[in-house]
Amino acid sequence: MIDIAKLTIAEARKKLDAKEFSAVDLAQAYLDEIKKKNKELNAYLEIFDDVLEQAKEVDARIAKGESYPLLGIPMAIKDVILIKGRRVSAASKILENYRATYDATVITKLKKQGAVFLGRTNMDEFAMGGSTENSAFGPTRNPHDTRRVSGGSSGGSVAAVASNMALGALGSDTGGSVREPASFCGIVGMKPTYGRVSRYGLIAMGSSLDCIGSIAKNTEDAKIIYDAIYGHDILDSTSIEDTTYAKPQIKKVIGVPWDLVNMEGVDVKVKENFKQSISKLENLGFKINDISIKNIDMALATYYIIMPAESSTNLSRFDGMRYGLHKDGKDLLEDYRLTKRAGFGKEVRRRILLGTYVLSSGYYDAYYGKAQIARSALKEEFAKAFKDVDIVATPTAPFVAWKIGEKSDPLSVYLADIFTITANMVGIPAISIPSGFSEVEGKKLPLGIQFMAPHGAEDLLFEVGKKFETVL
Amino acid sequence: MEIKDVENLANLSRIELSEEEKQEILKDMKGILEYVKVVEGVQVEDTKPEYNLRNVWRDDEIIPREFSHELITEQFPASQDGFLKVKKIL
Repeated sequence: MIDIAKLTIAEARKKLDAKEFSAVDLAQAYLDEIKKKNKELNAYLEIFDDVLEQAKEVDARIAKGESYPLLGIPMAIKDVILIKGRRVSAASKILENYRATYDATVITKLKKQGAVFLGRTNMDEFAMGGSTENSAFGPTRNPHDTRRVSGGSSGGSVAAVASNMALGALGSDTGGSVREPASFCGIVGMKPTYGRVSRYGLIAMGSSLDCIGSIAKNTEDAKIIYDAIYGHDILDSTSIEDTTYAKPQIKKVIGVPWDLVNMEGVDVKVKENFKQSISKLENLGFKINDISIKNIDMALATYYIIMPAESSTNLSRFDGMRYGLHKDGKDLLEDYRLTKRAGFGKEVRRRILLGTYVLSSGYYDAYYGKAQIARSALKEEFAKAFKDVDIVATPTAPFVAWKIGEKSDPLSVYLADIFTITANMVGIPAISIPSGFSEVEGKKLPLGIQFMAPHGAEDLLFEVGKKFETVL
Repeated sequence: MEIKDVENLANLSRIELSEEEKQEILKDMKGILEYVKVVEGVQVEDTKPEYNLRNVWRDDEIIPREFSHELITEQFPASQDGFLKVKKIL
């Protein structure tokens, strides 16, 4: 029996190489767990039917003496990343039966290492949401309390790893979609610098914000996945080089924007837990600076202008003509209207209309133009802050996972992104690490701390994350 | 924002909406627009919008990529002789 509850990617690697168990044994252990749990949690939309064949091929590679960090590691892939020949739907009816015609670059890289793909995971439709409640195929439940949301939009990937239905996973993060669910489910989620990981083969949402991130049980594993997928890619013109950003000087100082952390709407227990985490970091030898980032309170509003503008543009390609759902009307225009109506869910329609509005003539300057200026100002503010500190720390989310169906007003859900969106707006890397629990109605619900680092300084996040894990 | 604005946006976005959906979206949009309006008050001195644009060049060489013609064409909702078939545009 393989004890998958305690297994990490790093340990599995050693045991696979030492032939303590085979890749087939390992894959089978995960398939068994999926069989037990997925029906209730709804983390996977599809379990691939060739998992054991993939694992057999890996065993042949191991027998030949090959070894890569992810060779034989069972992984879950968010339903927004293309794997050639397999279905990929962005959890939307409009792409329900779509089959990917090529591999995303991250998939090519994982295949080269020999990761085993278990299945594609549930998410908010087109990654629009923070709870996976916007999936066209039902919400993903939180393994810590199944009445509650897993967080989102990468809720399926995160819930799969948190409930031992996968050893690691890929997600996408446009405003916190890897970090917020990681916080809600008590695991590690990491978003790299904008452009660090190729997005070729990622279904686009907000193109100036989208990143592919790694999801794992601990920081070391998150780094192993990140190391496997990053790098310049000629197929993604926003891709950066290793040398794009200079390495920052280490000062051992962590900045905390207390104004933001202490504002209204942040749960008291979240604040308490965060303060404890900060004392732990002080004990580890970090100096803590109170920093003030001007206009950070506007970041969320800015985000909810820029992101819908970009996603409404990106989603206009789903017209029912070349692939995906097609509804037939009396003419071409009616085909479009009926297809989009049947294919897109409520939140997606809302964001398309909102994006169309802020980009329309007469409103463009007041909304989109202003938002771009606010975004530039925020970037400058962060550049200033990073002159004195290595890391900016905040809670990952302002509250614990909410109950499914509890939040009906879209704005109240948007507020969940308050701490995470800044990293996307500025383009810097950020990680969420478990920081403890908050007991609610007899259940221990996970909390997370977020670290943000300057552009290109992912390694700094992993370093601080690993240290923080030792005092948890 | 009024109901006719929602209708106009739905029209521009090519999405059919029922009367009920229009009402609901109007309510949501009002709330969201009220919230995002705070950007009007953004305090910035001499900050220009930065679009971070740069040219990305590559040599004009043919690099073979793996594409499956069959996978692409079999997903056409309608086709004729291997071509994508759509309704008359003009």
